[in-house]
Amino acid sequence: MPEYETFTHDVLVIGTGGAGLRAAIEASAAGVSVGMVSKCLLGKAHTVMAEGGIAAALGNVDDRDSWKVHFADTMRGGQYVNNWRMAELHARESPARVRELEAWGAVFDRTKDGRILQRNFGGHKYPRLAHVGDRTGLEMIRTLQDHGIHRGIDVYMEVCVLALLKDGARICGAFGYDRERGRFRIFRAKAVILATGGIGKAYKITSNSWDCTGDGHSLAYHAGAELIDMEYIQFHPTGMVWPPSVRGMLVTEGVRGEGGILTNNEGKRFMFDFIPDNYKAQTADNEEEGWRYTQGDKNARRPPELLTRDHVARCIVREIKEGRGTPHGGVYLDISWIKKRISNAEEHIKRKLPSMYHQFKQLGDIDITKEAMEVGPTTHYIMGGVRVDSDTQMSNIPGLFAAGECAAGINGANRLGGNSLSDLLVFGKRAGEFAAKYAQSQSLGGIDQAALKNLAEEALRPFEHEEGENPYSVQRDLQETMQHNVGIVRDESEMQAALEHLKTFWERARHVGVIGTRDFNPGWHTALDLKNLLTVSEAVTRAALERKESRGAQFRDDYPEKSEEFAKVNTIVWKGENGVMQIRREPIPEMREELRQVIEEMK
Amino acid sequence: MATEGKGTRTAVFRIWRGDNNGGALHDYTTGVSEGMVVLDAVHDIQAHQANDLACRWNCKAGKCGSCSAEVNGMPKLMCMTRLSDLPLDRPITIEPMKAFPRVKDLITDVSWNFAVKKRIKKFKPRPPDAADGTWRMAQEDIDRVQEFRKCIECFLCQDVCHVLRDHHKHDQFIGPRFLVYTAALEMHPLDTEDRIAELREAQGIGFCNITKCCTKVCPEDIHITDNAIIPLKERVVDDYYDPLGWIWKKIRRQNERAPEPPLA
Repeated sequence: MPEYETFTHDVLVIGTGGAGLRAAIEASAAGVSVGMVSKCLLGKAHTVMAEGGIAAALGNVDDRDSWKVHFADTMRGGQYVNNWRMAELHARESPARVRELEAWGAVFDRTKDGRILQRNFGGHKYPRLAHVGDRTGLEMIRTLQDHGIHRGIDVYMEVCVLALLKDGARICGAFGYDRERGRFRIFRAKAVILATGGIGKAYKITSNSWDCTGDGHSLAYHAGAELIDMEYIQFHPTGMVWPPSVRGMLVTEGVRGEGGILTNNEGKRFMFDFIPDNYKAQTADNEEEGWRYTQGDKNARRPPELLTRDHVARCIVREIKEGRGTPHGGVYLDISWIKKRISNAEEHIKRKLPSMYHQFKQLGDIDITKEAMEVGPTTHYIMGGVRVDSDTQMSNIPGLFAAGECAAGINGANRLGGNSLSDLLVFGKRAGEFAAKYAQSQSLGGIDQAALKNLAEEALRPFEHEEGENPYSVQRDLQETMQHNVGIVRDESEMQAALEHLKTFWERARHVGVIGTRDFNPGWHTALDLKNLLTVSEAVTRAALERKESRGAQFRDDYPEKSEEFAKVNTIVWKGENGVMQIRREPIPEMREELRQVIEEMK
Repeated sequence: MATEGKGTRTAVFRIWRGDNNGGALHDYTTGVSEGMVVLDAVHDIQAHQANDLACRWNCKAGKCGSCSAEVNGMPKLMCMTRLSDLPLDRPITIEPMKAFPRVKDLITDVSWNFAVKKRIKKFKPRPPDAADGTWRMAQEDIDRVQEFRKCIECFLCQDVCHVLRDHHKHDQFIGPRFLVYTAALEMHPLDTEDRIAELREAQGIGFCNITKCCTKVCPEDIHITDNAIIPLKERVVDDYYDPLGWIWKKIRRQNERAPEPPLA
């Protein structure tokens, strides 16, 4: 039995995006020893790509905003299947989390009176997103990173975790390898926080980084944790569609927040035709009013382009399906039209949306100040994830916490733009705080040597069959299947077919082969990621099959309406004792009366 | 070498493969389609011809700064370098950054950068301007700092800087990236720390002789030399070589730290 290098901490954080960094900062502030494991280099995690802003009811631009309005907006956007306690904590605490970033050096765009500026975003009643142009995620991750490096946190860069370790029922560490040399690593810890982000790489068209392979979801699942709401995957309405090599790349909702409009190939602004009943009261019914809203008129209602993402994405799919799409299979998103309304439009667009200008100019030969963009839906975010306690972020496994995208609850059936970054901060902090507290009451657990041996053997198996299948082929076929069979529009037979495909992919994954050595070998890394991708794909498919209704991001062609029955439940997925994935429905707890009143008041 | 066939066009990519003990350029031929970037070609080769070809990448959208390499000798982000901007009639050379130790193939050991950053004094804000713990800053006072904070830490500026690349002064000079980082802190309207002494001594700002190579390769178009390094050099000069300024600063520093009056 070889000896693996071992590192010991009170709290181990897996993932160095916004949630992981915020959790590590909080845990270290409590005086415990903290280690962070990152698949990539520090500061490169997917948070860096967030564009629009951080949702927080600061009330700097419109003082009618408050945590209550934010809470009601979040619940409405999530179709009321959210964990209402998390939505409440999130709305109450996000302003303090944003101000804290400023104290740590973040430089947000300003209002005229020198405060943090806030912008409009889909589903938010008032301008609420603190932002830095369209690179808010970069500002956030850099601020947390630069603050965190002075706090004595040990960072293990380019280390990938393969499994969580347990001592009886409780968590006691993690097992992984360093990408540079392929050496196995043991991390012993009293508490582990998962902050691994999303699962976008299970799909072909996605806005996500390579590293969004559902590691946290999968690690938790295989360790015995429950996953919740896995059917809800957000397809962001506006991804680039052309050229092919950038298909799926995100076009920020900020474009619409600044006045951008969606049109079809007939030049028609189609969103006005499809305003859902529960949003009619707060949506503009004419172009003039919509424009006034984007320019800060407090008496105007928001344009229908700023309806929730699930709805806008479906409207775009319909336009394309019914033959009103663009040459490359999208619809038009036009910000250049504002030159009819304001004199310095070109300069204004470049200042407000610099990355978008740059991205289209450089990669698509399109000048967005002069012409319309072509956009279509792209896999963006998973609302589902590790089921956690709303206040402490601990899962059903003692000592295992989760925060950010890999945890679930706050977003329900659909996430509002901007609520992700605030989620990372609010629940990252809570996870750090409670993991530290938990760790202080525990001793280190024991390591099961036999389990390590099995894990190491499993990880090295692809080297045994050099003639085995190329891992990239399995990954590609999986992405195709999820894209076509478990995408925006779903039905029973396609998803059943997907489950059959997944069975064969599991089998193929067991027989992939890699060439070369253990030194920074992307083929090997891809082979090891397959388990995670397959696990989350199966969970998504099974949960989507279980929910026989359409709600939020889940749209079923065979059950196109919402159902009363499913309004009251969440789906839970876990690993049965026989190793087979299990699923059940669980009633949503009764909402506190005071919160119910808030929702009534805001209707 | 680029061939135009029936709907398929190919190009040759000459990629450096090896590790810190040595290596060589290897030719790979792969298909080219509309809009492709260099990173797409590398991924194609990785998926179909060389599964173990190592390169870093995350976002493939020019936002994370991971896929830095030298394309035809020019420091570039592979994800933002379009094949249509390169001469495909001859092989496209892709090599790792030269200013850092090689790890494998296109990957270099950039850990030095992370160590350097840790040594720069952190942000230290003045007390809040308002009772609720918030500050007031005018947009025009932060425009410059926001320019510096666009940096995605791709380290291409470090790669091209001759002080690091050719003279290997990694132990005496922090490089353009961290001069920009220091400038962002020094020019932050809320910051009260003083980093001028270190800039002159341990961080070696004097090594920079403003050839502006760093500015030229910056994928974020940050005016590294003009807006960050030269103003910092001026501050160093003011502090050390201007006697009147020196006395004035000495007096001012004693009265400093009191917050400026809020804007509103």
